[in-house]
Order: sequence, then C-alpha cells, then structure tokens
Amino acid sequence: MFDSIDISLVDWSRGQFALTAMFHWLFVPLTIGLSFIVAFMHSIYVKSGDEAWKKITKFWMKLFGINFAIGVSTGIILEFEFGTNWSNYSWFVGDIFGAPLAIEGILAFFMESTFVAIMFFGWNKVSKRFHLASSWLTAFGASLSALWILVANAWMQHPVGTLFNPDTARNEMINFWDVIFSEMAVNKFLHTVTSGFLLASVFVIGVSAWFLLHKREVLFAGRSTVVASVFGVIAGVATIFTGDASARIVAREQPIKFAAMEALYEGQSHAPLVAIGAMKSDTSQESYTRENFIFKIEIPNALSYMVFLTPNGFVPGIGDLVYGNREQGIMAYEEKIERGAVAIQTLKELKRARERDDEVTYQALREKFHDPEWLDTYYRYFGYGYYQNREIGELVPNVKMSFYAFHIMVILGIHFLILSGLALWLSLKNRWGRHKWLLWVAIMTIPLPWIASEAGWVVTEMGRQPWVVYELLPTLSAVTRLHPGAVQVTFWIFLATFTALFIAEIKIIVTQIKKGPGGQ
Amino acid sequence: MFKKVIRFYADGFRNMTWGRRLWGIILIKLFIMFAILRLLFFPDILKQQFDNDEERSNHVLEQLINP
Repeated sequence: MFDSIDISLVDWSRGQFALTAMFHWLFVPLTIGLSFIVAFMHSIYVKSGDEAWKKITKFWMKLFGINFAIGVSTGIILEFEFGTNWSNYSWFVGDIFGAPLAIEGILAFFMESTFVAIMFFGWNKVSKRFHLASSWLTAFGASLSALWILVANAWMQHPVGTLFNPDTARNEMINFWDVIFSEMAVNKFLHTVTSGFLLASVFVIGVSAWFLLHKREVLFAGRSTVVASVFGVIAGVATIFTGDASARIVAREQPIKFAAMEALYEGQSHAPLVAIGAMKSDTSQESYTRENFIFKIEIPNALSYMVFLTPNGFVPGIGDLVYGNREQGIMAYEEKIERGAVAIQTLKELKRARERDDEVTYQALREKFHDPEWLDTYYRYFGYGYYQNREIGELVPNVKMSFYAFHIMVILGIHFLILSGLALWLSLKNRWGRHKWLLWVAIMTIPLPWIASEAGWVVTEMGRQPWVVYELLPTLSAVTRLHPGAVQVTFWIFLATFTALFIAEIKIIVTQIKKGPGGQ
Repeated sequence: MFKKVIRFYADGFRNMTWGRRLWGIILIKLFIMFAILRLLFFPDILKQQFDNDEERSNHVLEQLINP
C-alpha cells in the first residue's frame, strides 16, 4: 500500500526527530533532578542559617540555571516538526495532544519560569521563606512540565480514553482521566522523574568528587555528596521499582517490544532473563524463531517472574507474536493485518458514501465506529491494515537495538545505585574522600546517566516501531510527503546547531565548576 | 507593584556576573529557532496548504485510506 512512499523520507524524518528529542533530553532530566536537590539544600540553609549551605545552594543553583537556560525551549523544535514533518500524525492525535500540551504551556511553563526568576534574583530581595518556596515551586514546575509530555507519549504507546471520529480523521478525548491516569502514563512519569533524580545525584556526586580529588572546597563537596547520595539511593531504589512495573506494563500492552528487549525469539514458561549477552551480527530478519546469541548469562525463571510474579508464566517470543500461538491464545500478525484492512476499507467506504450523499450507508458505517465490539475486533488493528502485501518483518522492531539499549540502561542503573550507596555509606563514616580510585570512578561516571537515560528512550521509541500511535498509526502513514532533501537540510542544520550548543554548555559548566563555589 | 516587578527583573539581570555569555547564547539560539528555522523551514503544512478544518480532515482521510 505504501509503494509511493520514499522510505528514505521516513528514515530522515525519524532521524531528525530522534536527533531533536535526544538533544532536548540532555537537559530535561538534570533540570528535573537538580531542581529538587537545590530546593532541599536551600531548605537546609533556611532552617540552619548556616552560610556554608547558602554557598552550596548557590553553586548548584548556578549549574541548574546554566542547564535550564540552554535547554529551555529546545523542546519547541519538536512541535515545529509535528506540524511540518508529521502533519498526518498531528491531525490524527491533535485533540489528545492539545489538552496536555496546553495545560503544560499555561500552568507548568509559566509557573516554572516565574519562580526560576525569583529563585535566582531573590537573594536578599524577597523574604527567605518566599525565596525557598520559589525554589520548591521551580522544582515542582519542572516535574509538572514533564508530566504532560509524558502523558501524551503514554497515550501514543497505549491509546486509551479516546474515540476515533471517522468524519474528521481525529481521535477525540472521551475521558480525560483515563488519559491522564492510565497505568502507562503514571508509571512513565514516575520512572522518568525518579531516573532524573538519580541522574542529578550522580552528577552532584561526580562533580563533588572532583573537588575532593583536588582537595578543594572539602566541606562543600562533602555536604553536597551526602545530600546527593541520599537522593541517589532513594531515587535508585524507586527507579528499579518503577522500571520493574514498567516492564510488566510493556509485557502486557506491547509484548513484541518486551520480547525484543530480551531478544526472546521463542516463547516459554519458566523464561530466563538474559543478564548479559552478545547477539550474532548476521541476523536475518526472515525468521523470528531462532536462537540468536553468541553468548549469554541467564537468570533462570526471572523473566517469567518479572512479568507474572510466578515462574510458570508463559512469556511470548517474537515468533509467537508474529506467527501466532493458538495454544496460548495469541493472534498471528496475518490475521491482525486482515482485520486492520477491514477497518481501513470501512473508513474508505464511509468517506465515499458521505461524498455521494448516501445517508443510509454512511450512517450504517458510522455506527461501526461507535460499536465497542466492532472497534475491538477491527479498528483496534487499524494500523496493521497498512501492511497488506508488505514484508511482515516490518512489523518487528529492531531487536538488537532494543536488547542492547535495555541492558545498557539496566546495568548502568545498578551501577548508579551502588555508587550512590557507597558514597553515602563512606561519607557517613567520613571516609569517602580517602579512596582516590572511588573518586575517579565517580568522576568517570558523570556522563553515564545521560547514556542510560537516552538508552531508556531508545527502548521506548525504537521498541514500539513501526507504530507512532500503537497499532493504529504506523510511522509510514504519519509522515508528511515532503522531499527527502528538505528534511536532510534541516537535519544537518540541527546537528550543527545542537553540537555548537552542547559544546557551549559543557564549556560554561566546566568553567563554573572550576571556579568553584568560592568564585560566585 | 508592576514597577517593582520590572525593577526586580532588571536588577537581577544587571547584577548577573556569570550570565552574560549565557544570555548571548540563549538569544542566538532563540533567533535561530524562531527567526530562521520556524519561518524558513518549518511551516505548519496543513495550515499552509488548506483553508479550513474540513479541507484538512479530507486531506488526512485521503492519506489514511489511500496511502
């Protein structure tokens, strides 16, 4: 059905969006996490009146400010791209995205921007308590901003609370609370925020370790480490729990993504979890039922336990999901494709009936888009209909990318928790600064949370391919038919601009760190 | 009250000792984003090509049923 589409257009559009989103995400988690750490430090200063805490608060506030200022509004580029490169998608989801993004714009962004100014300029100008309140409101505002975007993303992963209007080709919200409080949205928000706290904690521990290594600002670095490591331990544990819950939701709602994350080709009960593994490089996409590892270390039963909280649970593999498994009640993709094609054909007939003023046929077909049984039988698989006469492998996400990104995220997450725990334990024993190698580990760890965080988004977004809106709208039909050359031009402009901005941020942050809290 | 708020912001920016270069970068960034990218490269396609929502709906529907 998509013979007329230039696949390079889809790839360039996806590449451009991924570049922009990943660049934007360099700033977001640090803003979310560091804002709370700063607010906490600020609280200690206000409560104790100790000037050393003021110095500590101002230093981290400054780094927060640099990150906030350079990162702010980079996300708006994504909205430009929605309108230009993804116009079909924007129209299709418009009403769903409209509400959360409008709330974000009005409530969170203005709240954040107003209180950021008071937080920075308010020293000795507003009362201590109002100033402190501004720090906390900035922190809550940052998380609130993230909430609405994540709600929108969760809806794309698992569309709920909406009804497709066949006259307008738009999804309309029928239950706002179903959208906001879907299990996917709540968990996504909690996992993202807690991982942002963990990222910021590792950043503070690492920068403080640099001061301790150079025997500069020892009191500042020690106190910063204690606060950050407490945050790190709590956030690390919370990230594991929310990540675990997230895996269960993905296994239920997006089983092919879950199978790809674990490179599970053949479903099984008592399924083991691959702790570490290397996949073969010459994988053919023709078969999805074969063993595909060079080596792997497995934890017996752990995957079944992770999903069903019992080792007996059957975890479907990629082969089961693609070719179906009657014994387990799993429908084959071929059947989903047929059902999706029926839904597309119904929409086509409805439009034609409306154009020729055939009211009886039009009303009969329109009824179907309100009939829960028809929606569940056919419309639910709408997106699959686009894959008639296409390679079935296009419906399988990139397994290697999903597998490695997932494992990188998990392994690094465990490393951050251990590092935070060690930093806290040794700080409380007054021995954190004595182990040079540990300080070096903390410094070398600074960039790793960004890799983990971006890897998490790679799992989320690559793992759900080929869907933009899960099972309803594939990437192929969401993209605007532009000339691929035009998309390439903006891709390279973005790459150059983002690289320059990134270098500028690193330079400014490193300069400020080197000056230290004494060089305010 | 309004004057106080303006003075608060003006004093804040004036007394920033470390933010001048930062503000330069932010202004350049915003200029690139809104004056160059938005105007030259990122029109809202559906708004640009169609006059009303009915035409936009029709266009997207055609794309969905005749991809």
